[in-house]
Amino acid sequence: MRELPGLATAAWLVARKDLAIEFRTRTAFFSAIVFALLGLTIFYFAWDATAVAAIDLAPGVLWVIFTFSGLLGLQRSFGVEQADRAMDALLAAPVDREAIYLGKALANVLFVAGVQAISLPALALFYNVPLGGVWLPLAGVAFLAAIGIVAVGTLFSAMAVNTKLAELLLPMLALPFFVPIVTAAAQTTARLLAGRPAAEAWPWLRILLGFDLVFVVACAIAFPYTLEE
Amino acid sequence: MTGRRDDGQVFALSGGVTSQYFSRMPSAAPSSAIAVPPVVEAVGLARAFGGRRAVDGVDLSIMPGECLALFGPNGAGKTTLLRLLAGLLAPTSGTCRVGGLALKTGRAVRAEVGLISHASMLYGALTARENVEFAARMYGVRDAAGAARRALGQMRVADRAEAPVRALSRGLQQRVSIARAIVHEPRLLLCDEPYTGLDESGSAALTAALAERRAHGAALLLVTHNLGEGLALATHAAIMRRGRLVRHEERSALDPAAYASAYRELVTTDA
Repeated sequence: MRELPGLATAAWLVARKDLAIEFRTRTAFFSAIVFALLGLTIFYFAWDATAVAAIDLAPGVLWVIFTFSGLLGLQRSFGVEQADRAMDALLAAPVDREAIYLGKALANVLFVAGVQAISLPALALFYNVPLGGVWLPLAGVAFLAAIGIVAVGTLFSAMAVNTKLAELLLPMLALPFFVPIVTAAAQTTARLLAGRPAAEAWPWLRILLGFDLVFVVACAIAFPYTLEE
Repeated sequence: MTGRRDDGQVFALSGGVTSQYFSRMPSAAPSSAIAVPPVVEAVGLARAFGGRRAVDGVDLSIMPGECLALFGPNGAGKTTLLRLLAGLLAPTSGTCRVGGLALKTGRAVRAEVGLISHASMLYGALTARENVEFAARMYGVRDAAGAARRALGQMRVADRAEAPVRALSRGLQQRVSIARAIVHEPRLLLCDEPYTGLDESGSAALTAALAERRAHGAALLLVTHNLGEGLALATHAAIMRRGRLVRHEERSALDPAAYASAYRELVTTDA
């Protein structure tokens, strides 16, 4: 007896499989965490506390770290499908191509969110930034930005994986599209950390939400075309 | 079965008609002998990469329970044809129907196809069971765990079900890969060099699995370079060359020695 999986079920199956692979190997996650912590350390030692206040520096550092450590996870996303041509089996399965994209994106969002969950307290520790009352909205902003970054990054990861210069091509393609997301996220973060009224952060948050929506929809639609040979 | 020769002539092999090599049966030949629709039916199937036509106007149909062994030299277009039939490639022209449904209709058609390749198409970090269960779930098999257990058992690899695939030998990986391909009991099984890496026990298990699928009415398309291996399983045999089917006949109508000789000649001519 068979009942073909719907979009959400198929996406969850793909995401669960990707997370199981990452849980077993842990290579990309540990790489991303080590990268994030090393990045924070280097910024810390390069920082002149008498010239720039921690509260002014922290948002920029945080989003540079999030962006580049997220790329490490995105590189791996379609890399696992390349070995032994597992992608062929995935594409031959009776699921919508969009489900593959959404499943990959979901696994990537959880990956990036995991890196953020460790990096954020590390930043507070290194730069003595009080997260106290803003940690929840800050986590929300980080998660929203992760959605946008992953939406674009997953699409470009699929495009780049078949090329010889995949590791170079993915950042080159994706980073320009990350700019509006990272800008909005960094501006919102700066206002939250500075204890500014929520109304000041709202316009940036709306931009972030808008880009998330546009990128998720556009990339899900574009994804099937990236798979055609 | 029908096929198309180099010169575009369509010939048919069906319903007990003993076809001769290059028999000139017109495309409108009576098909009343065929009571059930073919599992797979391709008409004028073509695929070009740039200016090169990898598959060039292939007509073929495979009835339930039949096995077509497809031979051909490297670069003849065999794998491209298989990828077209699996829905992994879109044809440049022509049509293909599986179970009466156009291949381009997507999900419902792909659900009826199983693909075995010389690449394992498995995830090394997952266990054999997890790989096969994942495939079963993707194909909507209700009892995915049970189906995976049966498929692994059929390929005589159940005792290694909990081993990560990367820890298995090449032959055992191939067995798991075959279990993955048959776990949803496909009506059309596309096999690209499926015996690669298999030992005697694995080959016997594969042959038994293919026979079992045929007994359940599945059609098989077996791509191989090994004439003996292919002819042992086939009800029909075809040779592909430069993207076209140049020979296409019933297995019972051919003499293996003469066929091997003709095949060698074709391959030598191509090289």
